[in-house]
Amino acid sequence: MSTTVIELTDIRKTYRTGDVEVHAVNGVSLSIKPGEFVAIMGSSGSGKSTLMNMLGCLDQPTSGSYLLDGVNVAKLGRAELSRLRNQKLGFVFQSFNLLARTTACENVELPLFYTNPHVPLRERRQRAIKALEKVGLGARLYNHPNQLSGGQQQRVAIARALVNEPELVLADEPTGNLDTRTSIEVMGLFQALNDAGITVVMVTHELDIAAYCQRIIVMRDGRIIRDDFNKARIFASDQRAALDASEQHASLS
Amino acid sequence: MLQALTSSLLRAGLTAMIAFRALRRNKMRSILTALGIIIGVASVVSIMALGRGTQRRIQDQVSSLGSNLLIVFSKSRRTNAAAAGSGVSSNLTLQDVEAIRREVRSVQAASPEVTLTAQAVAAGRNWSTTIAGESPSYLRIRDWPLARGSMFTEREVRSAARVAVIGSRTARELFGPLNPLGQTVRIKNMPFTIIGQLKSKGAGIGGANQDDRIVIPYTTAMRRLTGEKYPRLVTLQISSDGLMSAAQEQVTALLRQRHHLTAERKNDFDIINQKEIADTVNSITNSLTYLLGGIAGLSLLVGGIGIMNIMLVSVTERTREIGTRIAVGAQPRDILLQFLIESITLSLFGGAIGVALGYGVSAAASMIPNFHPSVSIGSVVVAFGISFIVGVFFGFYPARKAANMNPITALRFE
Repeated sequence: MSTTVIELTDIRKTYRTGDVEVHAVNGVSLSIKPGEFVAIMGSSGSGKSTLMNMLGCLDQPTSGSYLLDGVNVAKLGRAELSRLRNQKLGFVFQSFNLLARTTACENVELPLFYTNPHVPLRERRQRAIKALEKVGLGARLYNHPNQLSGGQQQRVAIARALVNEPELVLADEPTGNLDTRTSIEVMGLFQALNDAGITVVMVTHELDIAAYCQRIIVMRDGRIIRDDFNKARIFASDQRAALDASEQHASLS
Repeated sequence: MLQALTSSLLRAGLTAMIAFRALRRNKMRSILTALGIIIGVASVVSIMALGRGTQRRIQDQVSSLGSNLLIVFSKSRRTNAAAAGSGVSSNLTLQDVEAIRREVRSVQAASPEVTLTAQAVAAGRNWSTTIAGESPSYLRIRDWPLARGSMFTEREVRSAARVAVIGSRTARELFGPLNPLGQTVRIKNMPFTIIGQLKSKGAGIGGANQDDRIVIPYTTAMRRLTGEKYPRLVTLQISSDGLMSAAQEQVTALLRQRHHLTAERKNDFDIINQKEIADTVNSITNSLTYLLGGIAGLSLLVGGIGIMNIMLVSVTERTREIGTRIAVGAQPRDILLQFLIESITLSLFGGAIGVALGYGVSAAASMIPNFHPSVSIGSVVVAFGISFIVGVFFGFYPARKAANMNPITALRFE
């Protein structure tokens, strides 16, 4: 394992719409070490989503170099990028993107379907169950997504991201579709996973969600304008206690 | 190398599983989509089966004429006026028949024929029927057994005896259930003694009932009933299948010589070779069957378009699923294979049901008497092969569309 999970050097992404060139990402250099918990913030149009797509190997930069776990991504073709996503990355999306009418277990197994060399059925099932237990859904293995709450669905998605033991989990607005309590729950889970050594990079535009992370990167107009250690980091357990207290207070008065 | 192969085979197996599951989830839609193929394959299979049945039926009818027959027609009967003025007799004479019997060695039997339609009266009943003047070898030539009694003899032919062998239908019409043997039937007011009754043979070529007739010696028919001097036609039985065309040539040469035809003149008679009739009829039904089968095959094309349509809908509907699969590491060819297997499964499933339906139609049609349609393995294989090709062909475009999706837009698709 190399000393950095992500090493970006002068990454640029330029879209051409008609005659106008849009520099969605305009010279970003960044390095993220194993075990970090990073939030990428910015308003819409700041380039954070484009950057995230490139980090997730779903998109290729126009120029610059991207080393993912020491591998130069810029030189890889579609098939190799797929393999890289499968083995080194885990994705968590805002809208969960679980397969409907498919059990939690089968949803979590999905990346293992595409793992090369082939993972036998029994091992797939065992690893899926282990991942679901890790996110606290050991009792919901065979429920379909429509039988699960939003928070539970997102936890299934997190289990899916973890099942192939990736170097890096990428989360794109993971709490965007969740209420406050569930958001705390999900952020708590990310914190717990991060404590267990998993590197997490998260895109969000909410400051109070970014506050759970160790490091906050702020983007504007395709550039990084701030990259700080989060001095005011908050923890899910405290937040939950505070929320409980305020709700109790509200119901008393 | 081997490991890579097994690995990709396992992947294909897994992909197939995903595809089957997707089809199972949309049972109704899958069945409706396959319906086009079901109907197409069922019609191809059943039309081919019915075609084969028809062909067999016609073959049966042709062979019910008897076997290895040459039929010589006198042409002048049809162009009487023209022939009458030519001064040369172009009639087929009884001497011609004798000459053929004598000189063409492969001719086993010959029966001159004179036919007329007349009222037959017996026991107070009246029935209009075909009177056929034939020779004693007629029954052997036509491979036609007697139900009771016996056929008239050469002696009775020579003496133009008033004896008759009666067809089963005619016997029923005139005598009901009674035994007609020994009874008298009057034809054109002339009494005939019934000495035999034919077994039932059913419909001949063209559907005419062969059982409605009375067979009498040709001499009797010519001298006592019609007054004609020449037979209308002569049926010749040739000793073996292989000698048919040689015999046809010899008879032609002999008749041309006897009729004094010079090289530049056309035959004044027609020879029909039973085998040629069979072959012609065969090739006509064959091409009709293939034509109809081909038209039915067009519905497979329509079915294929239905599959393509539903696959396109399905790909659009599952855009996010596709995006997710690509994001978690599916290769484009995994996605391609997944959707291709779906469409192939749909069309093969439709093909299988279609073949079963085709068998059903064929079985139902075999309830028709004397009709034996049969589903050929060939048509089943072809129908399956075509539905597989339809699945691949019409599934490829939607599958490729899915495989080439940009995961970023696919994941955000609403």
